[in-house]
Amino acid sequence: MGLYLTEKHIKYKDGKDDHVSPFFIYHNNNKRAKFFCSLKVNNKNWCFDKKRVKSTDKESGIKNRKIKTIKSQLESIISSFETKKEPLSPEKLKSEFETVKLLDSEIKKVKTKPTINSKIPNGPLSSKWESHKGSINLVSPSNKRNIDIIVVGTGLAGASASATLAELGYNVKAFCFQDSPRRAHSIAAQGGINASKNYQGDGDSDYRLFYDTIKGGDYRSREANVYRLAEVSGNIIDQCVAQGVPFARDYGGLLDNRSFGGVQVSRTFYAKGQTGQQLLLGAYSAMNRQIARGKIEMFSRHEMMDLVKVDGKARGIIARNHVTGKLERFSAHAVVIASGGYGNIFYLSTNAMGSNVTASWKIHKKGAYFANPCFTQIHPTCIPVSGDYQSKLTLMSESLRNDGRIWVPKDLTDAKLVQEGKLSPLDIKEEDRDYYLERRYPAFGNLVPRDIASRAAKERCDNGFGVNKTGEAVYLDFSHAIIRYGKEKALLNGQDENNIEIVKKLGREIIKQKYGNLFQMYEKIVDEDPYVMPMKIYPAVHYTMGGVWVDYNLMTTIPGCFAIGEANFSDHGANRLGASALMQGLADGYFVLPYTIGDYLSDDISTGKISTDIKEFEESEKGVNDLLTKLISNKGKNSVDYYHKKLGKIMWNKCGMSRNQNDLVDAINEIKKLRNDFYKNVNVTGKITEYNEELAKAVRVADFLELGELFAKDALERNESCGGHFREEYQTKDGEAIRDDKNFKFVSAWEYVGEPSDAKLHKEDLKYEEIEVKTRSYK
Amino acid sequence: MKLNLKIWRQQDSESKGGFENYVIDDITPDMSFLEMMDVLNQKLIYENIDPISFDHDCREGICGSCSLFINGRAHGPDKGITTCQLHMRKFKDGDSIVIEPFRAKSFPIIKDLVVDRSAFDRIQHSGGYISINTSGNTQDANTTPIRKEDADNAFDAATCIGCGACVATCKNASAMLYVSAKVSQFSYLPQGKVEAKERVLNMVKQMDDEGFGNCTNTGACEVECPKGISIKNIARMNREFYKAKI
Repeated sequence: MGLYLTEKHIKYKDGKDDHVSPFFIYHNNNKRAKFFCSLKVNNKNWCFDKKRVKSTDKESGIKNRKIKTIKSQLESIISSFETKKEPLSPEKLKSEFETVKLLDSEIKKVKTKPTINSKIPNGPLSSKWESHKGSINLVSPSNKRNIDIIVVGTGLAGASASATLAELGYNVKAFCFQDSPRRAHSIAAQGGINASKNYQGDGDSDYRLFYDTIKGGDYRSREANVYRLAEVSGNIIDQCVAQGVPFARDYGGLLDNRSFGGVQVSRTFYAKGQTGQQLLLGAYSAMNRQIARGKIEMFSRHEMMDLVKVDGKARGIIARNHVTGKLERFSAHAVVIASGGYGNIFYLSTNAMGSNVTASWKIHKKGAYFANPCFTQIHPTCIPVSGDYQSKLTLMSESLRNDGRIWVPKDLTDAKLVQEGKLSPLDIKEEDRDYYLERRYPAFGNLVPRDIASRAAKERCDNGFGVNKTGEAVYLDFSHAIIRYGKEKALLNGQDENNIEIVKKLGREIIKQKYGNLFQMYEKIVDEDPYVMPMKIYPAVHYTMGGVWVDYNLMTTIPGCFAIGEANFSDHGANRLGASALMQGLADGYFVLPYTIGDYLSDDISTGKISTDIKEFEESEKGVNDLLTKLISNKGKNSVDYYHKKLGKIMWNKCGMSRNQNDLVDAINEIKKLRNDFYKNVNVTGKITEYNEELAKAVRVADFLELGELFAKDALERNESCGGHFREEYQTKDGEAIRDDKNFKFVSAWEYVGEPSDAKLHKEDLKYEEIEVKTRSYK
Repeated sequence: MKLNLKIWRQQDSESKGGFENYVIDDITPDMSFLEMMDVLNQKLIYENIDPISFDHDCREGICGSCSLFINGRAHGPDKGITTCQLHMRKFKDGDSIVIEPFRAKSFPIIKDLVVDRSAFDRIQHSGGYISINTSGNTQDANTTPIRKEDADNAFDAATCIGCGACVATCKNASAMLYVSAKVSQFSYLPQGKVEAKERVLNMVKQMDDEGFGNCTNTGACEVECPKGISIKNIARMNREFYKAKI
């Protein structure tokens, strides 16, 4: 078989111009079946030269990609018919393909000019933030009292923003779906928070933190935002210490640091393996102070269901009270989305059970662009999946890679025996182990960035070297560190450093001090002692770099609607470095948004209270009510989890650690089908006006089912491999990513226009003024 | 594994609740306790029965949401864990398991196994913070050295996840361990000294106002605390309290 893209000149009766249209010829068993793409465009610019649009054409790049996309979609349809051994006629092909619709939407896209303005201040990088702060509009203290701000989400970003905005004098209404703001999933962050304090004197600086973050993000993040992040990182530590956050200290009483992946300095501040918890409790305490003062009104067990726009501006939300099940209206002069990432689209992830995309997706549907949805972080060190009933995955902190060494057996027969449970890792000799990260990346070894470590694990496992019964696990081994620390301690204690039992005992104590809670967590879940047996780990979805598009002021494309923390996209590019999520959440909430929001609100000082008894609120509430009614009265045959699990499988298998064109096209179609089935056959038990977790879940899953499609489309259109986005078509012979800076050095900002896969692409070109764009290498 | 479950069901805070019996099959030892609950709930949904509501979120023992009283013990029969970290390997085939919400006057039931712990939040509002504003120019974090021992003690107290196991397990439904953890954390740190007096007085008052009982030094809270918060913190809070009263 074969499929050829050719060209044809057509003269329509009504027009005088020559029209050029592409069409495809499909060959099967030497029979030629013609398939005509009726590209009904009266556009002279469409000229073809050997299957390519001429480079002189202004839009040639885009058009060529369209043609390639169309071709690949056709190929995938044909190959699916071939595997099913069904005869394929041009008519069938045509109906499958929905040519006209697809081409129409493609063409509209070509005509649309980019409409996004990132509002990056002028001037040299190092003074942009300072001069911007000095020149933006302020709101006077007496006027702040008359301004309301809604903050959705109370993780690090939301809690720190709520507290700081209230301190400044604004009236804050904060929302979380959990029973208390302290339970937001930032609490589960383990390893630490980066800051360029250079307390260790190892050459750290704002520039180096900035550089590492841009490089770690594979040159897909916005330079000015990242520099600002590095600049304020030190203030975060000062602020947290002042709040009484008990960071780890050394014996001199000063703050201790450790090292994380992708960097060569020690800049990570930590509180054992519970850094996120301590930072969140710090921000929560700052909120509590403002709640006591009446400056924050806290709405726990409330979930945002929709954004309300009045005259194009964000003016409020509709929230569902989880206890009563009732919908409630809230108005404000600005709405801040701090609802975190969408990793739960994969069903299995390290996110909390309730983490969801609903707030971000609802604002997307109301006009906020969604950026780089396909940039997802798969964390290399998580406890592997053990069964179908599994509800979530547990992370083992990246800090473990400071001391743990990752390996699999060198020999396939050994790996087989291990998988069958016939061989213990302890019986595999040193020379028969493949420390593949140290082998492939000698400069960074086990501390390569997360995307690289994850892919390397997948590569070994895909080749049959996995070490558990499913073949999807690698070892993280502390035996060397135990011996190393043990010998050191034995020397200090004056004990026999050659007595292996003494050395092991001492070494284990040191490891326990450093990672005790993580080891305990592992043992509880896996029921194996990680001090003796190497840990088994496998990559799992952990963080989403993509998110709502925001400008330098953290405002979305909806005036008055802001997005901060993991919910936005700006700072981590295509891959986030360890211990940078906490930094970004707190930077946005404590030090960036409270300034930049004033610039917008300065126009609102005489607006006065916004009534919720207006038609915009009414309509929005009705929309939500209709959706809830539809879900609850559907009484189909499948549970909400059934759909969530199915979606997760599609996402993991086709949009996971490595992606290819065919899979992504399949994913779009499968998700679409699944979504239709969901609305037909989902069964949501209970009533609307009661505590109903199934209904809350159903709304979240409905939004994931839409986001999934956009996610796959974004991955399909990004024809390059960068950071967490690895396209199999774009790799070197030894499996390293090939990034395409010429064609893809941009942020994909998607505008919602109806069906998720019809979304309109806007590109924000990424300009790097102070940094040389290089191929990322950790070798 | 096959299990006989006896689970507290209650429509809402106004209704009268009661135990319901459920039998469940196909439970494997590697499942977590909450995954067992998931399996049961899926079964109920397919039988068109309302699933059992329970609080849970992170499922890795840190958010403090989960709050089940299992066979008479807060977070069930294992030490140093939350319910979500409890695994079915702690049970045997044929076991009967009684599952109740965390019970205390100050934790009214919302539905089934979900309770309202907002009293805990209100105690924090009354003084669980250090009054400093956010600014880019707080003093440098290393200006004031803090003894490692003090920092470690403050950290140990600060690991409280606010789950309420201490209250649920206490015969007096006392919240002393919870409140003392916060008071104690700040009492170890120089930052906390400035407002020490008002903090302890206000937090203790709020605790009493919420209707929590008193401490009679039984120590059950320390035993059941998933984070191993020590009752030494209660002693420390009492000292802080007397100091403030004098």
